[in-house]
This record gives sequence, structure tokens and C-alpha cells, in this order.
Amino acid sequence: MRLEPIANPSPVRRLGLPVLALVATLGVAMLLALVAGANPFAVLGQIATGALGSRLAVLETLNRATPLIFTGLAVAVAFRAKLWNIGAEAQLYAGAIMAVVLGTGALGSPWVLPVSALAAMLGGAALLLGPVLLKTRLGVDEVVTTLLLNFIMLLFVSYLLEGPMKDPGGMGWPKSTPLIPEARLPRIVDGLRLHWGFALAILAAVVVWVIQTRTTLGFEIRAVGQNPEAARFAGMPVNVVLVKTALLSGGLAALAGWSEVAGLKGHLSSDLSPGFGYTGIIVAMLALLHPLGVVVTAIFVAGIFVGSDAMSRAAGVPTYIADMLLATALLFMVLAILLTKVRVVRG
Amino acid sequence: MSEIIDILLSASFWAAVIRIASPLILATMGELICERAGVLNLGIEGIMVIGAFTGWMAVYQGMPLWGGVAVAMAAGMLFGLLHSTLTVPFGLSQHVVGLGVTLFATASASFAYRLMLPEVTSPPKIDPFRPLDIPILSDLPWLGEALFSQTALTWAAFAVAGIVALMLYRTPLGLAVRAVGENPAAVEAQGLSVTGLRMGAVIVGSGLMAVGGAFLTLSAFSSFFFEMVNGRGWICVALVVFGAWKPGKALLGAILFAAFDALQIRLQQTELGVVLPYQLFLALPFILSILALILMSRRAEVPAALMVPYNKGER
Repeated sequence: MRLEPIANPSPVRRLGLPVLALVATLGVAMLLALVAGANPFAVLGQIATGALGSRLAVLETLNRATPLIFTGLAVAVAFRAKLWNIGAEAQLYAGAIMAVVLGTGALGSPWVLPVSALAAMLGGAALLLGPVLLKTRLGVDEVVTTLLLNFIMLLFVSYLLEGPMKDPGGMGWPKSTPLIPEARLPRIVDGLRLHWGFALAILAAVVVWVIQTRTTLGFEIRAVGQNPEAARFAGMPVNVVLVKTALLSGGLAALAGWSEVAGLKGHLSSDLSPGFGYTGIIVAMLALLHPLGVVVTAIFVAGIFVGSDAMSRAAGVPTYIADMLLATALLFMVLAILLTKVRVVRG
Repeated sequence: MSEIIDILLSASFWAAVIRIASPLILATMGELICERAGVLNLGIEGIMVIGAFTGWMAVYQGMPLWGGVAVAMAAGMLFGLLHSTLTVPFGLSQHVVGLGVTLFATASASFAYRLMLPEVTSPPKIDPFRPLDIPILSDLPWLGEALFSQTALTWAAFAVAGIVALMLYRTPLGLAVRAVGENPAAVEAQGLSVTGLRMGAVIVGSGLMAVGGAFLTLSAFSSFFFEMVNGRGWICVALVVFGAWKPGKALLGAILFAAFDALQIRLQQTELGVVLPYQLFLALPFILSILALILMSRRAEVPAALMVPYNKGER
């Protein structure tokens, strides 16, 4: 077999194939439900109601989507420039650490929130700067270095929680001292469990979209991602563009951790992120790396997680079905997107 | 200082080095085969998890230990088939597909574990591979304990390294695999199938990664935990670079790396372990991997067509 580019893909092909990928994912979901001995339609229904069936469920889904929007944006920005930042997990924790460092009394109202957000972004950006400089200066593959940094960061967090940041009133649980009330993100509506982090995440998506479509940097990021040699030949400072992309990407990922600590949890623990950094890759790929699409796919992905938790309690199908579905969706989607652009011919 | 020398001279230290190196050797050889054929396989971390889980589950269900190894290998090859179908004929991004395979394989292991053992709080143990008692050699003072009281799977790991080296450098098939990672068009011109060679390399390589994972459950820990692979796959990707894509150097790299790992475990018991946080010791393998990548960056002899998909009739 051989792949042949399609000059003008039809709209049916461009839209139909990604939809087909999602339908195929649903098919896998039903198959897994069958394997687990449950009714496939009931399982899908329970996931949907678990995610969206009540006001409480919707709020839980939106809360879960908040860090995923940030990490999804971080990945989307970096992947657009073919900068493979797989370290969003570590950058997230860098942001969470900053929220605790500045939010436990070092600063008071009204400065603590904006300053700690800024510090979080700088922390995340700094963490990605190393791997990117190693890539541009020495040609070290950033995938492996960012992945390895995730493990180093988790150990560092564990050290902080047992040492310098340990909550004296934690009764032996490894968690940090709680943030002061002034350092917490308030709820958007009183009495509803949804904090301003969600609104900030949407704002971040719009800002990234503006950067990508309305600024020189956005144009440069796309050019570097499409063909770095051509971009270099056209006189673009490719390495500078990569560094700027990294700072943006790392900063966005850090906001995920910052908003989880300041908005949701109020303290840092080593289970703050159940892999939000890695799930951000799926969120970004499903959104075809489009920043506004990230908001939609993050809510979708969060819904699958929240819905699967609820379904698992009712139907007894392991909650890990969510992770399997999302990984399947990712693989189907990258294949579907390719097939919108090329056709398979014999020979 | 004298404490470190004491550790380095003890037989139990070297026995541990060889034990820790074994899964790394298997998975590193698997990754090396993939990369020599031109395919970066980032599915490695998840494929090791699948190997650890399936091998252990097969033995728990009553299969013999070697049956468990075979099941793990087959499961790994299945995921290798998935990876290579997407990355070779379809030429999709090896980064994205590799991470997708890792996420899918890890999730599959977790899902299957919960499905098969819904109620257990701690995973059941199996009867693992026992150290082989080799007549005369195992009874040698010092050497007997350091080198000759290892399990059969450890011997298999070292044998695999030798076989991979022989295969790559002494057989026509090995020549073809190396060539397909350097200049696929030339291989095609010889009338060989680039797709077949690359897919074959990824499938076999993935099988070895899974056996590396199975070492953890069948020879090292005798039980399965979700987090047990714990970045070893990524470390193996770094070891391939450190070994300059050569089996012999990669083998030495894995042993060197295991030596540092065994050393840090023992240093935690000394005064250093009192002064320094234990997390620093645990982070050492990951820090070393990054240092190894930096050290080798300038002189790395990367296969010329690594990560470059090949599409017939396109130049």
C-alpha cells in the first residue's frame, strides 16, 4: 500500500472521518462494557447521566475540565510548533508549588492572587526552558527529557510535603499547609462549586487563539511547526520561536496546578493531578490543536472521567474504561485526520 | 568514602546490579531494534506495563513461569503490531502514536486487572523464578553470590543482548534492518519490503519490552502493582541513546545505570541517607538519564532515517 495526497478533500471527508473516529470509540466502549458483563447501552447512558445528568454532575465535569483546558492548551501550543512537551505534569506541579509558596502568608490581599499566578507561570516556563535549550543547543530529544522531569518533579513534591511544606496539622497525611483565604480563587456563583479557575481557563484559550491567529509569534509558531528548515531559510529565528513557545506552553501548564490549588483544593498534595498533564495530550489532539476546540474537548474528556466514575459505582465496570476510551479516541483520531488528507492506494 | 568502597566490594551489591539491570537490558534491546529500523517506539513504558501484567496474570491463572513469559511476549507483540501499523504504512507521528500506545496499554492493564480481581485490596503473589543453582560456580566464594545466583530470566536477558548483537551485525536480516533505518529507499531498490522490515522490527522489539516488564512481576517482585514500571521504559529510551544505538554499549549502559541504582539504595542506609532526603536518591536514576543524554548528544550516531516515515514513490 502507498499513500497519495488528496488535492481537494471534500467536506464529507474532512468532517465525516473525525466523526467516524468518535463513533468507533463509542463502539469500543460498548465492546468493553460487554466484556465486563454489563449492558452496553446502559453503560453509555450511565456515563452520560453521570457527566451531565444533574446540576451537581455538570459542575463536577466543569471543575474537572478546568486543569485539562490549561494542560490541553499547553500541549496544543507546543505541538503546533512540533515541540514535544510531554512534561505538562511536572509544569503543573511547578505552578501548584508556587501557589503554596506565595499563598500561605508570604503575601496578602490584593496582591497574592495575581502575583502567585504570575510566579506559577514563570515556574512552569522555567521548567520547560531547560529541555528546550538542550534541544536547540545540543539536539537532545525533548520528549525523553520532559518525561524524565515528570518523575523528578513528583519526587521533589513528595520531599516538599514531608519536609519544608508539611502541614503540621495534617495528621500524618502528606499535604501542605493550607492557603490563606485571600489566596483562594473565589467561586463564580455563591453556593455553586465552580471556581474562577474555569473562567480563567476559557480566557486563556481565547488569549492563545488571538496569539495564534493575530500575532507574528503565532505565524512563526505555525511556520516552524510545518517546516523548520523552510522557516530558517526564510530568516525566521527558529530557536527563539521554540523558546518563546516553550515559555508559553510551560506557563499554561503551570496554571493548571495553580488553579487546582488556589481554586479547588486549597493545599498541595502528591495526588493533586491524576495525570492531567498526560491527558492534556489527548485533549489537544482531539481538538486538532485548536485552542478554542481545547475547551470543548476538555469538557468532553472531563465528562468521560466524571461519568465513568458514576457509572462504575452503578454498573460495576472498572472506571479505567475512561482511560481506555480516551487512548482509543486519540489513536482513531490521528488516523482519521491523516485519512482526510491522503488516500490509501495499492502498489 | 570507605562506606562506598565497602558497598562496591560486597557480593550482594553486584548480585543486585545484575538483577536490576535485567529488565532494563531486555527493554533497551527491544527499543534498540525498533530504532535501528527507523522507528522510535514510545509505547515502551505501556508495553512494559502490559508485559508485567499479562505475564503475572497468566502465571496466577496456573500457567508455568515460562508460559507467563510467552504470554507477555505475545501481548507485547500485539501492541507492537498496533504501533507499527499506525507509524509504518500510515506514517503517523511516532511521538503521538507512541504516547497513545503507552496510554492505551497502561489503561488496558488497569482495566483488565480490576475486571479480573474486582475485590482484592492487595494483589495476590505468585511463585516467581528462583535463583539457579549452578554446580561449582554457584558455590564459588564471592563470585558465586555476585554472578552465579541469578534467575533463568536474568540469564535470558544477557543472552538476548548477545543474540541481538549477532543478529544485527552478523546476519543478512540484521543488515537489512540496519539499512532500513539508514536508507529505506536503497532497501526498497534491493527488492526488500521497507514496511515488512520496519513492522517486523517494532513487533519483535515490543515483544522484548514486554518480557522486560514481565521480569518485574515474574522474577523481581512476584506481584503486580499499577505503578511498578515507574519510568523504566523512558530510562531505556535514554539508554539506547547513551549506548549510541549499539547493543554492546547499551548493555554496558544498562549495567552502569543499574550499578548507580543499586548504590543509591544502599547509600540510603548510610549517614548520607540521614542527611539527604530519600527522594533525592530515588530521583538519581532519572537525573542520571538526563545527564547521559546530554553527555552523548554531541557524538550520537543517530540512524539517519529515525522518525522519518517512508512512503513508496515519494522522495
